Amino acid sequence: MSNGNIRSTASAKAEAVGQTRLTRIKEKIKDPFFWSDWLVVVAFIAVVAFFGALAPESFLTLYNLNNILVAASIPAIIAVGQTFTVATAGIDLSVSSTMTFGAVIFGLAFTNGWPIWECALFSTIAGLLVGLVNGFIIAKRKINDFIVTLGMLSVASGAALVLSNGRPRQIISAPLATLAIGEVANVPYLMFIALAIVLIAHFTLFNTRFGTHVLATGGDPEAARAMGISIVKIKIAVYAISGALAGFAAMLTISRIGAAEPAANTAILLNSVAAVVLGGVSLFGGRGTILGPFVATLLLQSLTNGLTVIGVAAYYQYLSIGIVVILSAALVRTDK
Amino acid sequence: MIQKNDFAIECIDIKKSFGSVEALRGVSIQARPGEVTAIIGDNGAGKSTLIKCISGVYASDEGQIKIDGEIVHFSTPEESRTFGIETVYQTLGLIEDLSIWQNLFLNREITKGFGPFRILNKAKMKEEAVKMLKNLDVYIPSIKSRTRGLSGGQRQAVAICRAAGWGSRVVIMDEPTAALGVRETAKVEDLIQRMKSQGLAILLISHNFDQVLRLADHIWVMRQGNVMAGMRAKDTTGDELVALITGASAGRK
Repeated sequence: MSNGNIRSTASAKAEAVGQTRLTRIKEKIKDPFFWSDWLVVVAFIAVVAFFGALAPESFLTLYNLNNILVAASIPAIIAVGQTFTVATAGIDLSVSSTMTFGAVIFGLAFTNGWPIWECALFSTIAGLLVGLVNGFIIAKRKINDFIVTLGMLSVASGAALVLSNGRPRQIISAPLATLAIGEVANVPYLMFIALAIVLIAHFTLFNTRFGTHVLATGGDPEAARAMGISIVKIKIAVYAISGALAGFAAMLTISRIGAAEPAANTAILLNSVAAVVLGGVSLFGGRGTILGPFVATLLLQSLTNGLTVIGVAAYYQYLSIGIVVILSAALVRTDK
Repeated sequence: MIQKNDFAIECIDIKKSFGSVEALRGVSIQARPGEVTAIIGDNGAGKSTLIKCISGVYASDEGQIKIDGEIVHFSTPEESRTFGIETVYQTLGLIEDLSIWQNLFLNREITKGFGPFRILNKAKMKEEAVKMLKNLDVYIPSIKSRTRGLSGGQRQAVAICRAAGWGSRVVIMDEPTAALGVRETAKVEDLIQRMKSQGLAILLISHNFDQVLRLADHIWVMRQGNVMAGMRAKDTTGDELVALITGASAGRK
């Protein structure tokens, strides 16, 4: 963090008072982890301020901010699952097609007359099973997570196409429609669901044995094993969480578009990995937060939304999001 | 009152083969509480295999292990821990991104609540962590800091406190000072002395003869999967140990 160095030495020269406090701040600024934790918050505020200044009458409206929250809900849930896999030094590239697979299962159950909440249960279980298969192969067979989940990306989308004959199914349901458009105090229901999942995940990661063991497994698998932690169980569990959340999110997607689509939404995958990196989760495992990727998801959606609002063509949006992700990864180097 | 004849741990005729390789060919050793018992030998002598059998990483093919005179059976490190056997690994086994107190309680977290809703009792663990370090006079500025920032000696001290702090009876230390400088080595040696005075049986694996002669009360010399000799440390010399390890001397028991 050369930038931080310059700034801290400059401020040290400027004021020689409050030595201990100053050195503590200096230490903080030098610590790359400090930046990985807070960069995303600073960046989020900067993005909102930027578009707010540029297009105050269209970006900073309740209607538009509400749009951002709706758009961020589903990616935020997927990012939670991704955070768990990355915290164990893994990755789940199959999230988007797992979600599609879950949606198709939902559609099948729905057309066979199952009630809506049972359908949601089935799609969550479908996602959970996909995650369990990922986890078993990665942990038990010790095959590279990247390869396994990349393969699963194709397997799950293929299965979705086969099961649906490649056709979307319309899902007409009053409760789902309410779920998609309902809001309390301008905050959409979908965001409440995402927030609930974020808070539960945060609590799980930092206040349970399981969470500690996830971080230990990612931080140093050999040491964790020596202390009797089952690496295999933890690995299977994180992929199961990621899969189940993708399966659950399938229901929310269906509620928004009113149909079970067999086409994979790959933007969700990019978004989840981007949010994890931006959110300061170490790709080497062992370090991360849930709130970081959540704020990062808000940031990415604000960026997309803001570019749309000021009239930048969609092609440039892909470009800019990709650049933001790579830049943030370069800025926040949490490797050793 | 501990009697000098009582062994904290006793290995009787331990055998272990890997395919056609006989790593241990009937090893019998004992270690007393309140003593440092050193196991020395050349590479491939079977020291590591022996301590892995004692810590439960390997299951021995034959033989018995007695703890406080009672025969015990275990096949995993967790089970061996329940008998009070702890190991300080050469690679330390600390998670760099976790705090000191989290490392001290890794996989032994204190929880509150019930059933599946058990949550970490952080306050209690931090409190206990301070006691664990204080108990062995280890001074570390903050138990909340990550172990990443600690020096090699501080890490070793944390790892040792973790091993000693669990009502353990036997602490196995594999080359505890191999990666440390002179001053830090001295500190760790002091720490070993304090553990000894608390009545723990310490099994020390070391290549450093000076250290072994300085710290150990009893020494076992291994060679090619056998115990060549066992003697009180005060009755031997570095030259004799070298002769036994290389096989120049036939050994005594």
